[in-house]
Amino acid sequence: MEYEAVIGLEVHVQLKTHSKMFCGCATAFGAEPNTLVCPVCLGYPGVLPVMNAEAVRKTILSGLMLGCEIARFSKWDRKNYFYPDMPKNYQISQYDLPLCKGGRVGKFGITRIHLEEDVAKSFHFAETSGVDFNRAGTPLMEIVSEPDMRSPEDAFAYLTALKEVLIGGGVSDCDMEKGQLRCDANVSVRPVGEKKFGEKVEIKNMNSISGVRRALAYEIQRQIAAVKRGETIVQETRRWDDDTSVTSVMRTKEHAHDYRYFPEPDLMPVEVSAAWLAEIRRAVPELPEAKRRRFVAHYGLPEYDAEVLVADASVAAYYEQAAAGSKNPKAISNWVMTELLAKFAENTIAPAQLAELVAAIDAGQISGKQGKEVFAEMFATGKNAAVIIQEKGLAQLSDAGALEGLVDQALAANPKSVADFKAGNAAAINFLKGQVIKLSKGKANPQLAGEILARKLQG
Amino acid sequence: MPEDKGQFDVAYVAHLARLQLTDAEMTQFSAQLQNILAYVTKLNELDVSNVEPTAHAVPLTNVLRKDEARPSIERERVLANAPESARELFIMPKIVE
Repeated sequence: MEYEAVIGLEVHVQLKTHSKMFCGCATAFGAEPNTLVCPVCLGYPGVLPVMNAEAVRKTILSGLMLGCEIARFSKWDRKNYFYPDMPKNYQISQYDLPLCKGGRVGKFGITRIHLEEDVAKSFHFAETSGVDFNRAGTPLMEIVSEPDMRSPEDAFAYLTALKEVLIGGGVSDCDMEKGQLRCDANVSVRPVGEKKFGEKVEIKNMNSISGVRRALAYEIQRQIAAVKRGETIVQETRRWDDDTSVTSVMRTKEHAHDYRYFPEPDLMPVEVSAAWLAEIRRAVPELPEAKRRRFVAHYGLPEYDAEVLVADASVAAYYEQAAAGSKNPKAISNWVMTELLAKFAENTIAPAQLAELVAAIDAGQISGKQGKEVFAEMFATGKNAAVIIQEKGLAQLSDAGALEGLVDQALAANPKSVADFKAGNAAAINFLKGQVIKLSKGKANPQLAGEILARKLQG
Repeated sequence: MPEDKGQFDVAYVAHLARLQLTDAEMTQFSAQLQNILAYVTKLNELDVSNVEPTAHAVPLTNVLRKDEARPSIERERVLANAPESARELFIMPKIVE
């Protein structure tokens, strides 16, 4: 019998804000432990949480970018559990009235997006555990997908596209190594053709998008093999270990949490007025898919170029600025993709400077090969192409008058070649062109030199 | 297991609240909570089918603050209240999940 997998993903995204969700402590990764804390995010009794407007705005912006329905009315709830990463013994979250519902990432559906507070980070030692509360209270957005994915590749595509949209909207940096994007997966298997879902297993502890793909590939095989042996899959939570590439049981259904959600009395509900929504809607950036189509249509780029350039919003913005001032957008794309992309972070070349370099090559002022030399110098010094061409004496000789003199010299010095050409040996012109370039010390514009030679020989 | 309607599983709820109760307390609280539940059940007599659920008792929404970071408190003061601290962390008996 053939089996198929059914996958749903829960993605947690730390929002890019200056301060925490319910207090004014700064949000920063890698600060000294327990330096970005106050009574609110330490969970002291008697404190009053106050909502960060920007976190609410960025969640609504995410919802708009992902085609969600934005709730007109949304509220907060307490999710109760005991764990030292949240000493007030509940996490402020949203239960039945999340900020966003529905939506899509490519062909995969989104169930909901809600906002909550991140928890503290724990460290485990031999006899004890230690807690750093810097992360506690960071605005955290949870995006729950529909069980629409059928393979690890689907999950990979979903996460890649989701990340692209969120980074493009400036909502989060989505750096998984810094925990800014974290993903749990729900996966079950069922015979192909079966409508009912199998018993689902939740996988945690995946630290990269490719880790999610590997964990799912392993878990799907494990479940199918178990079912084929006649075993029953039980609902449980499993932990992925990237080093050994296996999942192992973390928590069974009997130990599942019972969160006893109830409305958070300390926070007032959120009402999203039509005016506020319209204001946020104006901030929705062009989405990657639309941008790719525009790059192809507007700049005449191949789809491949559009794909590469749009993958990073800052690269795409750089390209657009450079291409705006250029007659040769494809050449700009080539330079960005082959020379600039790998070291884009250290780039010192302004978009207009790159456009100027491309123009110098297109005008025949320097050759393409010399262009690479100039580019390297521009990258190292930040100087303009014109200055470098001048300093290095690279400019090709494209002055027709000066070239004519050199052509005359070459013709006078090589009467045999001239005779050969006149006798019908067309290739003799190449030798003569070589002589002109030699006389110019390599600076003659070869094309122009060839044209003048041909005119004089045939005249 | 979660309690059924009207029945209150004191042992289960005590576990959720991480409370350790003696058998005597269990019996005592069970009876008390049963009474409280019976009393609250009176509310079911009201017909609320046309009433919007209330999210909050106070008719106020959008109490928001600007996204501005303010200084936190010094770590010395933060950790002064920790039962135990080391490596600038709150230290506790080992937690495993």
